[in-house]
Amino acid sequence: MPPIEGVYGLLAEFNTPSELVHATEEARRAGYRRMECYTPYPVEEAAEALHFHKTGVPLMCLVGGLMGLVTGYGLEVWINVWGYPLNIAGRPLFSWPAFVIPGYEWTILFAGLSAAFGMLAQNGLPQLYHPLFNAPNFRDGALQDKFFLCLEAHDPKFSRKESRDFLEQFSPVSIVEVDH
Amino acid sequence: MATQGPIHDPETIVDPMIDPRTGEYAVVAPGHNFKSVTQKIASIVLTANTPLAMWGGLFFAMTVALGVVVGVTWLVLKGVGIWGVTIPGAWGFAIINFVWWIGIGHAGTLISAILLLFKQTWRNSINRFAEAMTIFAVVCAGIYPLLHIGRPWLGYWLLPYPNTMNVWPQFRSPLAWDVFAVSTYATISVVFWYIGMVPDFGTLRDRAKLPLAKYLYGMLSLGWRGSTRHWIRYESASLLLAGLSTPLVLSVHTTISFDFAVAAMAGWHTTIFPPYFVAGAVYSGFAMVLTLAIPIRKFYHLEDLVTLRHLDNMAKVMLATGSIVAYGYGMEVFMSWYSASHWEFFMMWNRMFGPMGWAYWILILTNIAIPLTTLWSRKLRVNPGYLFFLSFVVNIGMWFERFVIVVTSLYRDYLPSSWGTYRATKWDYMLFIGTWGMFATLFLTFVRLAPMIPMSEIKMILPQTKVRRGGADAEQVVQEAL
Repeated sequence: MPPIEGVYGLLAEFNTPSELVHATEEARRAGYRRMECYTPYPVEEAAEALHFHKTGVPLMCLVGGLMGLVTGYGLEVWINVWGYPLNIAGRPLFSWPAFVIPGYEWTILFAGLSAAFGMLAQNGLPQLYHPLFNAPNFRDGALQDKFFLCLEAHDPKFSRKESRDFLEQFSPVSIVEVDH
Repeated sequence: MATQGPIHDPETIVDPMIDPRTGEYAVVAPGHNFKSVTQKIASIVLTANTPLAMWGGLFFAMTVALGVVVGVTWLVLKGVGIWGVTIPGAWGFAIINFVWWIGIGHAGTLISAILLLFKQTWRNSINRFAEAMTIFAVVCAGIYPLLHIGRPWLGYWLLPYPNTMNVWPQFRSPLAWDVFAVSTYATISVVFWYIGMVPDFGTLRDRAKLPLAKYLYGMLSLGWRGSTRHWIRYESASLLLAGLSTPLVLSVHTTISFDFAVAAMAGWHTTIFPPYFVAGAVYSGFAMVLTLAIPIRKFYHLEDLVTLRHLDNMAKVMLATGSIVAYGYGMEVFMSWYSASHWEFFMMWNRMFGPMGWAYWILILTNIAIPLTTLWSRKLRVNPGYLFFLSFVVNIGMWFERFVIVVTSLYRDYLPSSWGTYRATKWDYMLFIGTWGMFATLFLTFVRLAPMIPMSEIKMILPQTKVRRGGADAEQVVQEAL
C-alpha cells in the first residue's frame, strides 16, 4: 500500500532529454531516491543521473552459459560413453573433440535465453498493468517523443505540494498526479 | 536546415542527402525528429487500409507456397524416392537448398549482432527486417533435412531424450551437430528478434486505434513502459545477445561446412570450407537483404530511413565477402593441383570440364565475374536498380555454388564403376519454388503487421538525442549537432 492513499507519484513531462537529465540530477541532489525516468529510447545520461549502473543481466548470462556447457557436454559424454556406447570405426568412446560443437551450441543457447528472460524477469515484465498508464499524457508520448520523470510517492521526501513545487522550477510541459 | 552546405556555385544542386563534411550519404534524411520517425514507421502498420499491391503480392506468394503443401504431401505419401536423390548423388536438392537458405539467413544475424558490436549505427534501420529475413530463411531451410531423413514424422529421434527404445544420438557425427547448431540458431534468432521488437510493440500499443490492435500489441509489448532502469538492462541483454550471436552465426555455417569437410570425399575434405562457407553465407544474405530492401523502401517511401548510404554499405560488404569467396574458389583449384592427389585433381577437372561443367562456369560468372568487377564503382553501388539486379545474380551464383559442391563431388567419386549422375525431378523443383513462396508470404505478413524498422533504434541516431548539461532546448541541440 502506498504511503499516500491513491497516489503513485508525480509525473513531469519534458520535450528534450537534456531537460529530463537536468531535472533528474537536481532531484537526486535534493534527496529524492525513489524516482524513475521514462524515455522513448535508452538515455544513458538519465541512468547516470539516477545512479543506476549495475544490472544483474551479465551474471545471469554467464551462469546460464556455464550451465548450458555442463549440461550439453555432460549429456554427450554420458550418452556416448555410458548410456549408449557405440563403436564407430574404432574411434574412442570419449571422442572429446567431436563433442565440442553441441556443447558449444548449448552454452550459447542457455546463455542467450538466460540473458533475454533474465532481463525480462529483472524488469518485472510481462506486467500488462502499471499505474503510470493511468496518466492521461503518458501513453501519448512515453514511447514516442516525450521524456518523463516520475517522483514516486514511496519516497520519504515525497509530498504532494512540495514535490510539485520542486518539479515546477524545471518548467516541464505538464505535471500530473498519477493515480494508483 | 544546416545540411545545406555552403553553395558557392548556384548552378550546382547540392543533394540534401549528402553530408557536406564527409561527402557520404546520410543514414537518416535530415529534418526528422522523434515524432516524424514514429509516425512514418507506425503508420505502415497501423493503417486500416492494406494497399492493393500488398494483397496481390500476398495472394501470389501464397499461391507459390502451395508448392510446399503439395510437394510435402506427396513426399510423405510416397517417400523420398520421388526426389532425384539416388546413389551416388545421395544429397541433391535437399542439402543444396538447406545450405542456400540458411546461408541467406546469416546476413540478418551479421547485421543485427556483429555490426552492433562494431557500433555501426547505420545498421539500425535495416536490422529488423534483416532479422525477420533470417528467421524466415531458417524456417525454409529447416524443412529440407527434416524431409530428407525419409520419415519426417520421426524427426524428433534426432534429439537426445529418454525413450522406450533406449537409443540415443551419436555425437561423433556432424549431422548430429547440425541439429544442435540449427536449432540453437533458430531459437536465439527468434528471441533476439522478439526482444528487439518489444519497445516498438509498446509504441504501437499506445498509438493503435482498433481495440483488437491495442489488445494484440499490448500483449506483445509485455507492458513495456520505457523505464530507464528497464532500458539499461535491456541494452545490456541486447549487447550480450549480440555477443553470443556473433560466434553462433560463425559456428552454424562452420558446422554446416563440417557436414562436407569431415567426409573423406574429394572436393569436400578441405580445411578452407568453414571460412569460405561463412563468407559465402554473408555474401548471399546481403544480396537477399538488397532484394527485399530495395522494393520495400520504394513501395513504402522509406528512402529517408533506408538511404543510399545503406545500399552503398551493403554493397561494400558484398564486395568484401565476395572477394573472400573468390579466394576460396581459387584456393580450391590450387590445392587440387598442389595436393598431388590424383582424386582431387580429377574432381577439379571434372567440376570444370566434366558433363556438369556448365554449372561451374555459371557460378564463376554470377558470383565472381559480374559482381566483383562492377561493385568497385560507387555509381553502381548507389544505383538501386543495378543492385536489385545484382542481388538476384549473386543469389543464383550462391545457389550454383552449393550445387557444384554437392553434386559434382558426389556423382563421380573414387570408383568409376559407381559413377552416376544427378537429375532433379519436378518434385524437387516444386518444393524449392514453393519455399520461395513461403518465404515471401511470411515476409509480407511481417511487413504488414510488425514494425519493420526499429523506431527506438532510429531515434537513438537522431541529432536530437544529444544531452546538453544545463537543460538546453531541442532547437539549440539540433543546431549544434549539425
